[in-house]
Amino acid sequence: MTDFLDPLPWLIMLPLAWGTLAFVLGPGRGGRLAVAAIALQGALALQLAGQLIDSGARVYAVGGWGAPLGIDLMADGLAAVMLLLTQAVALPLAVYARGYFAASPKGRELFWPFTGFLLAALNALFLSADLFNIYVTLELLGLAAVGLVAIAGGRQPVTAAMRYLFATLLGSGAWLLGVALIYGTYGSVSLAVLTPLIHAGAPLAVTLAAALMLAGLLLKTALFPFHFWLPPAHGGAPAPVSALLSALVIKATFYLALRLWLELFAPLTTVAAAQLLGVLGAAAILWGSVLALTQSRLKMLVAYSTVAQVGYLFLLFPLATLVPPGTADSALAGGVMQAVAHGLAKAAMFAATGSMIVATGRDDISRLGGVGARLPLTLFSFGLAGVTLMGLPPSGGFSAKWLLLGSALESGQWWWVVVMIVGGLLTAAYVFKVLRRAFLPRAAGDRVARVPRTLEFSAFALALASILLGLFGAPLLELLAVGREA
Amino acid sequence: MSDPWLPALVVLSSLLPGLIIFFLAESRIRLRTTLNLTGALVKLGFIGVMLWGVQNGREYVFRHTVLPGLDLVLHADALALLFVSLSAVLWLFTTLYAIGYLEGAPNRSRFFGFFSLCVTATVGVAMAGNLFTFFLFYELLTLATYPLVVHRGTDKALRAGHVYLAYTLAGGALLLIGTVWLYGLAGQVDFVHGGSLSALPPEAAGQLQLIFLLLIAGLGVKAALVPLHGWLPMAMVAPAPVSALLHAVAVVKAGAFGIVRVVYEVYGIEFAQSLALLLPLAIAASITIIWGSLRALFQDDLKKRLAYSTVSQVSYIVLGVALFGPLGTMGGLVHLVHQGIMKITLFFCAGNYAETLGIHKVSEMDGVGRRMPWTTLAFSLGALGMIGVPPLAGFVSKWYLGVGALEAGMPWVLAVLAASSLLNAAYFLPILHRAWFKPASGSWPDEKIPQRGRWETAPLLLIPPLATAAATLATGLFAGAAFSPLSWAELIAVREYLAWIP
Repeated sequence: MTDFLDPLPWLIMLPLAWGTLAFVLGPGRGGRLAVAAIALQGALALQLAGQLIDSGARVYAVGGWGAPLGIDLMADGLAAVMLLLTQAVALPLAVYARGYFAASPKGRELFWPFTGFLLAALNALFLSADLFNIYVTLELLGLAAVGLVAIAGGRQPVTAAMRYLFATLLGSGAWLLGVALIYGTYGSVSLAVLTPLIHAGAPLAVTLAAALMLAGLLLKTALFPFHFWLPPAHGGAPAPVSALLSALVIKATFYLALRLWLELFAPLTTVAAAQLLGVLGAAAILWGSVLALTQSRLKMLVAYSTVAQVGYLFLLFPLATLVPPGTADSALAGGVMQAVAHGLAKAAMFAATGSMIVATGRDDISRLGGVGARLPLTLFSFGLAGVTLMGLPPSGGFSAKWLLLGSALESGQWWWVVVMIVGGLLTAAYVFKVLRRAFLPRAAGDRVARVPRTLEFSAFALALASILLGLFGAPLLELLAVGREA
Repeated sequence: MSDPWLPALVVLSSLLPGLIIFFLAESRIRLRTTLNLTGALVKLGFIGVMLWGVQNGREYVFRHTVLPGLDLVLHADALALLFVSLSAVLWLFTTLYAIGYLEGAPNRSRFFGFFSLCVTATVGVAMAGNLFTFFLFYELLTLATYPLVVHRGTDKALRAGHVYLAYTLAGGALLLIGTVWLYGLAGQVDFVHGGSLSALPPEAAGQLQLIFLLLIAGLGVKAALVPLHGWLPMAMVAPAPVSALLHAVAVVKAGAFGIVRVVYEVYGIEFAQSLALLLPLAIAASITIIWGSLRALFQDDLKKRLAYSTVSQVSYIVLGVALFGPLGTMGGLVHLVHQGIMKITLFFCAGNYAETLGIHKVSEMDGVGRRMPWTTLAFSLGALGMIGVPPLAGFVSKWYLGVGALEAGMPWVLAVLAASSLLNAAYFLPILHRAWFKPASGSWPDEKIPQRGRWETAPLLLIPPLATAAATLATGLFAGAAFSPLSWAELIAVREYLAWIP
């Protein structure tokens, strides 16, 4: 009986169920159902977080059959943080999407089913306890995401979707190859079984597997120089889709990379490899920010900003590898905080961007004059999200940066400090490029229409959450520590 | 009323009205004005309670843990209240002035919203109880003032805003690095009398000197220390109430105040002296004082001349901080208040000349004293105060700075003060001479507000400068009275230096 009420399976079953139902119900009723169901998922994720804080990490055997016969689900603090982020971003975005697709209906029929599958894949991925299940969730996630990019139709989105499909399939392929090598060596795919087996003297095949799996994940996370597919895909999709992809989908593969690095392959990690990841992250920060600064389309600017912000996530690898435990903890906390803060802020930013495009009827930064006067709340949301991305206090982005800067100085790796500070200033440059345009009066001949209230308020809720995270982020770090004491 | 909440209420009393004002329709003038003034008066009420309490040794501390080892602390100590009272009083006058100044202008809800955020950030800077909290409000101040600087939306304003952001965000970045570094070295550094760093091992001295440099450079951008002052003269394109805010109430003061906190309550004055940090600071301040005055001499644009004068005058505060000894401290602290009162008077008056008669340049001011006698009277009081004519406010500051310099064994500072006073006279007296003694040259450049009975300009534009001019006189005349800025500065100086006497 208690098993039936366990939140773990329901977090996966619910979105699958409403995603399927939305096919039948159509976008109107399907959308309403989705909003209600995501709210319920949010409650389940909160319940799970509470259970973890009370009684520690735990495993759930699906149908009562444990591994190796059945499927295990596993929840620790890190997984719970990602689950909370997912539902917290999805709920306001679902509200937003209902308003958005009412204003521009292209692609609305397929949005809800794909989103349901996407959320199911995400939740399942965070809870998976073995490498093969993770492969399945990766494929489902990739296909749902590619489908979402293509729903609006038209030549450009479909080309972008094809490019994205290519990247995501290549990434999952590399993962699967790695899993095969591991299975060939150890005869198991269960994380719990494998973790104690892998040690520094593991055979070459295991090192190769680790490299393959990590490379696949980097490709899917769009870390520089694998970012080529991201801007057209995120910049071409409808706004709620861009928000979901930038806020959540790339975080899922980052989460996997982090787990592999810190747990399964921890004995194999080297300072050189960690520094290499850090260098790629730094390059992403600088290159992505510079390209964001040169964009003339608003959505492309926000998409390149994602390329840059992904870079911050990877700075945690050099800061958490082979350093004193306190420094590593603070680096991990900073990296995860950055993932959460960026998730909320980027969702808010894409949502606000979508509203501006609906209002002005075009995606052009130089034509934003009048937006500040007509849509003050939307612009305010964009600004607040920008504050988080710049890493100014009080915001989740600042907390993240504070923790990362602290561990960089503690471990004597001052060069990452320079990268983070310069990245923050470049971020300010591209955020203010948008803000100052929008403050100007409307140019003659341009129109700025009003947009539905739900669009403005859902973006604002997300932006506000990214700010409040900076003031009340301590419980999140407490949750993150669950299952990591050992 | 419970003690921890008063500092938070002081912050909220402008934050909440500000946030509401953002979402008011342009036409809700009455409601907006009510909100603005209520917020300002309520804030003054809270501050009054705390002034009384701190005088009697009570503590007002609000603490909230943001992350482990990272607390948001608001601590209304004597030093905080000096700045809080200044900005709250001047905010009231600036709000009144801005209501008159912007009558009929577009985007007023946005303007007053950011205006309120700006003063929220300023009182936060004042009451910050540690470097992190200080940094938080310091950056908020940058973000809240940017829209005010570019408010007019002209190309010139946008360019000034650009430069302003570039300077202040870069400064903020330096401050952040210094803060993180210091937290890593010494843990959470709360502001306490006498500072807390002297307990660190002597090997850290080199790092501490470097951190000091980072912190002072970060703060020096807003305090307009040469060569970090470039943004200030450009930012004078902003509307007059914003200039008042930048020059007197908020921005440059936040920088100078930060330097006060770092020297006295992070490092501790004696420890800073032992690290040989004070002499370079005094030299930087002296260079700024002279350079700002020299540049002011050659400006024909009235607001630009005032802006360079600010560059010079704010560094008096820094100079006072760098003088080792209680009298120098008093001189610097009291100038924090006095400079604010005098400079805001001058900017109000400059705004009146521009709004009433279209006068923007010194060369257009011939005979303006006869057309606008009250404004010119206020301007004269402010200018004479700046020069340091007794018994005005500026004289008190300079007196204590001079005596403090002798006490600290730096007699060369007297030469700096004398040279600066001469230069002040050289760029202010010609203005007064033109205004009072030269005949008007026919018509005014662009007369917008005609004389109505006895009112030379709109009442809301005239009352604030007269009030602050009267304060210039009063703070000088009654410098010895209880609760005067000088006696409050004395209270602070005594507490700072007592921390060193076992």
